Amino acid sequence: MDRFAWTSGLLELGETLVVQQRGVRLCDGEEKVKFDSGVLLLSTHRLIWRDQKNHECCIAIPLSQIVFIEEQAAGVGKSAKIVVHLHPASSNKEPGPFQSSKYSYIKLSFKEHGQIEFYRRLSEEITQRRWESMPTGQPIQVNKDPQAGRIRAVGIVGIERKLEEKRKETDKNISEAFEDLSKLMEKAKEMVELSKSIANKIKEKQGDITEDETIRFKSYLLSMGIANPVTRETHGSGTHYHMQLAKQLAGILQTPLEERGGIMSLTEVYCLVNRARGLELLSPEDLVNACKMLESLKLPLRLRVFDSGVMVIELQSHNEEEMVASALDTVSEKGSLTADEFAKLVGMSVLLAKERLLLAEKMGHLCRDDSVEGLRFYPNLFLTQS
Amino acid sequence: LLQAKYKERGTVLAEDQLAQMSKQLDMFKTNLEEFASKHKQEIRKNPEFRVQFQDMCATIGVDPLASGKGFWSEMLGVGDFYYELGVQIIEVCLALKHRNGGLITLEELHQQVLKGRGKFAQDVSQDDLLRAIKKLKVLGNGFGIIPVGGTYLIQSVPAELNMDHTVVLQLAEKKGYVTVSEIRSSLKWETERAKQVLEHLLKEGMAWLDTQAPEEPQYWLPALFTELYSQEITPEEAKEAIP
Repeated sequence: MDRFAWTSGLLELGETLVVQQRGVRLCDGEEKVKFDSGVLLLSTHRLIWRDQKNHECCIAIPLSQIVFIEEQAAGVGKSAKIVVHLHPASSNKEPGPFQSSKYSYIKLSFKEHGQIEFYRRLSEEITQRRWESMPTGQPIQVNKDPQAGRIRAVGIVGIERKLEEKRKETDKNISEAFEDLSKLMEKAKEMVELSKSIANKIKEKQGDITEDETIRFKSYLLSMGIANPVTRETHGSGTHYHMQLAKQLAGILQTPLEERGGIMSLTEVYCLVNRARGLELLSPEDLVNACKMLESLKLPLRLRVFDSGVMVIELQSHNEEEMVASALDTVSEKGSLTADEFAKLVGMSVLLAKERLLLAEKMGHLCRDDSVEGLRFYPNLFLTQS
Repeated sequence: LLQAKYKERGTVLAEDQLAQMSKQLDMFKTNLEEFASKHKQEIRKNPEFRVQFQDMCATIGVDPLASGKGFWSEMLGVGDFYYELGVQIIEVCLALKHRNGGLITLEELHQQVLKGRGKFAQDVSQDDLLRAIKKLKVLGNGFGIIPVGGTYLIQSVPAELNMDHTVVLQLAEKKGYVTVSEIRSSLKWETERAKQVLEHLLKEGMAWLDTQAPEEPQYWLPALFTELYSQEITPEEAKEAIP
């Protein structure tokens, strides 16, 4: 890896891009280095690697440094690689990320595939040696801009200095951020201690704190993200926020529920609502806490939890037990059905289809045939024909 | 009378503390706003910093992701980042469920999520994914995290996977498949126990049976097929994912 030099990544005059590939990791011989996720570009003159996260981090090696290349096939859990054997670094090489290396080869690891094409093109370029017949000009110069008042560095040394400054700046930012974060956490810790003390008092003297005060306390806990040790049967972990949310949900979900046969899984609701919001998304817990309040607020939706733990939102007018009757008809018509088949027939998600069939079974209408080929449901003839 | 007095005092103290908490909360909010104005970018851009932040919160007993209404979420924007990630994770898992039975490696999930997010989106680390998944559990869809050989399998269906199943999954992780003999020799189980576990995985669609393997039938886990990595999600699969 000591053959690499820092570069701006700009192509020089006379240099053409041949192929590029994302998701490439560089290895110094057998050892992994920091350059683990980047775009690898092949030009007529160089092999360039740019970090996907930090576009200013860009290194390159002239193709003339390459002795030969080999392919290394992918394995279980391992990406395919190209091994590039290199000549020793020349003494007048530009500065790069490594001063020395104990290996005379590097490995390019293609985490997102693309190695077959890349290997082909790289072989071609090494064979054709187009860099010898296409002399390149200097990298594009960047000039002083007196109006902006900023001095732009010129040439590779300047670029390297800028990178170094940026690294130092980043390091400084992070350590400052950590310091500030630690101080903030100290204060947060005090709040946690205080809340524990209040919670204990509430527990010991149930009924002496007013309902209003308990609700206030819960909203403080919510703001801080402190787990609620005090639960009240009436509202659970709910707060005014969750109550409002529940009412909003009733409005938002009415139509989607009607379009989906009156029932949706909570994960579907989570995705639907958050995608519609775009910003200020709901946490999964927010959603669950709000849904728990639907029934007590007499809203036209309710939360239901199946035996399997699957949670759904139903329209109040929806009657899953009635749907079971029609499910029985469908299954009888076809003789037998798996959850997948039933889901396709009826136009439901497989998850909810399975729950309906399980409920039908629980109610005694269906029997199961559980084999390695899958779970299949039959009408319960024991019941109807006994 | 003494008891009543103590009781009264106790109530007053709690009320006092509540008032104190209210004041401290306001101050904390201001401190957090200041922190956010200086370092919000750091959290957005730097996965390692996010890990540190989350660990510190956990140490003091605070969950910054509990609610979108929490200060952390509102002011640092951590909430939106993780909740949106949750949506993306659900979509990928739904789209690929028919291929892998609802089990997927963290690596593959990571790759697919990154693809879905596009070139210009913020970077997302595996740690970020794990935290988002932990939050999704509460939705009751069966999200689970199973440690296997140095990485994790993510479960996204409400199938029951107990210790026996988990241990067999871990055994299968090395080669992508497992046989009854391997289970017997590595785990010292009887054939019946091994068969029960394997049959359960077959039924759930998490394992596929290769009866034409040379010595004995092999049970493969599609979740572990390396060849399937980076395979694009087809338009049909994508439709399945979006309600």
